Amino acid sequence: MKHVDLVIIGGGSAGLAAAIKAYDEGIQSILVLEKEKYLGGILLQCIHNGFGLTTFQEELTGPEYAHRYVEEVLKRPIDIKLETMVMEITPDKQVHYSNELEGYIIVQAGAIICATGCSERTRGAINIPGHRPAGIITAGLAQKYINIDGFHVGKRVFILGSGDIGLIMARRLRFEGVEVLGVAELMPYSNGLNRNLVQCLYDFNIPLFLHHTIKDIIGQTRIEKIVVGEVDDDFQFIPGTEKEFEIDALLLSVGLIPSNPILEKLGIALHPRTKGPWVDEQLQTEIPGIFACGNSLHVHDLVDFVSLEGEKAGVSASKYLKTELLTGTMISLKAGYGIGYVLPQRVHQNSLGPIQISYRVIKPYQNVTVLVRQGNCVVKKIRKPFLFPAEMEQISFSLSQLETDEEVWVEVQDA
Amino acid sequence: MRDLICIVCPRGCHLTVENGKVTGNFCKRGIQYGLQEATNPVRMVTSTVAIHDGLIARLPVVTSQSIPKSMMFEVIREIQTIEVVAPITIGTIIIENVLNTGTNIIATRTVERRSS
Repeated sequence: MKHVDLVIIGGGSAGLAAAIKAYDEGIQSILVLEKEKYLGGILLQCIHNGFGLTTFQEELTGPEYAHRYVEEVLKRPIDIKLETMVMEITPDKQVHYSNELEGYIIVQAGAIICATGCSERTRGAINIPGHRPAGIITAGLAQKYINIDGFHVGKRVFILGSGDIGLIMARRLRFEGVEVLGVAELMPYSNGLNRNLVQCLYDFNIPLFLHHTIKDIIGQTRIEKIVVGEVDDDFQFIPGTEKEFEIDALLLSVGLIPSNPILEKLGIALHPRTKGPWVDEQLQTEIPGIFACGNSLHVHDLVDFVSLEGEKAGVSASKYLKTELLTGTMISLKAGYGIGYVLPQRVHQNSLGPIQISYRVIKPYQNVTVLVRQGNCVVKKIRKPFLFPAEMEQISFSLSQLETDEEVWVEVQDA
Repeated sequence: MRDLICIVCPRGCHLTVENGKVTGNFCKRGIQYGLQEATNPVRMVTSTVAIHDGLIARLPVVTSQSIPKSMMFEVIREIQTIEVVAPITIGTIIIENVLNTGTNIIATRTVERRSS
């Protein structure tokens, strides 16, 4: 059986950053397995600009951002296999993959990084009532059809969900001459970035219906009409608020879920909130030598943070291969009041340097304090003029301030 | 009078611009944004053009710099008239000085020729 030091599953923003970093840290035999025909992942269909402000201090389009990483990967002797599906990985780190050229291959990996991205929630995931006609697709799939494959999705479109991809697609469709009748959002606030609300909806006078969702879908073969209604604070429809829209396509932008079929098959438990594996501050999963990063670990809103996380996984995998990775007692990190999730979920007690925690709040907050505490001992406190669920936040603290190995909480303190 | 939502940061202040004066801003960056939006709003525009014999069907493009917001649709219509043939390298100018804006339309992806 062929042996490879590091196998990276996924050639998107996380996997590419991990590959570059691991090579630069001295790992020479690296294999990247990518299911598509090209490297770059989902960035390639995100043709709009605004990527890379943190990493490159300039605003790039998705394909340009991907190109920078692909170029760096190609400069290094990193083995890349495209149109390759990973079938499974084993606890002793054998990787089973298959492609047209080689057939079914098993390699022995020293370490594995899972960078398999995320997938879109579908109509089934949110239980929309009504008929089941053609013309209902996820916003990201519509984005691929329009931006890469050159297909139209409809002439009169409505968008359910105010996630960023939905907002971006509203503008994209308007540019393609498509009528966008509106965007409905179940929550009383938008789930997209403010900048996208302004530049993708308000610029084009596309109405945003907050606290609204779809009550009925009508259409036998092709979607013909939807009924949208306002909901109350318990998400029950308010009678008399129904609005009808005649459309031929409905786009769903109702959230992303980390895609971890390979880890699930391996029996690794997924966190109920992040839907990714539990990891420590080195991004190592419960199985030593298997790491996770990017949108398959937790859904990000900015690619820059995906790349940074990929780099961190690359460094950790190389440390693991050099047996320099930290082991020993770990302290749990927990999401407290107002916090949806924290990542990592555990840190090594002997970890040096500041621990950076990524978190999301469960609802919008204004003028609050976010704190990190162990028992009654507050180890970090920061003022936040505002917090939104759509924005991933980070807070760091030092382990040297901890007195015990009890769990550490991150929480919002309002007023 | 113009009502705007500031996009400089996630806070999203509701700005009012009246007679060259911005109100409703939390920080000074809002003043600059408000004045720019009220007097000369600009946008980067991205779209795709048809590419023949390529590995993919559409070539993504971007304006080399921001263009007046009022010209977005005109520029898009210009982009829609273009068809190119693969291979095309990232950074290639697809339209020079589009509609005399001083802005080029450039390819944002390398598309290789399809081996048939």
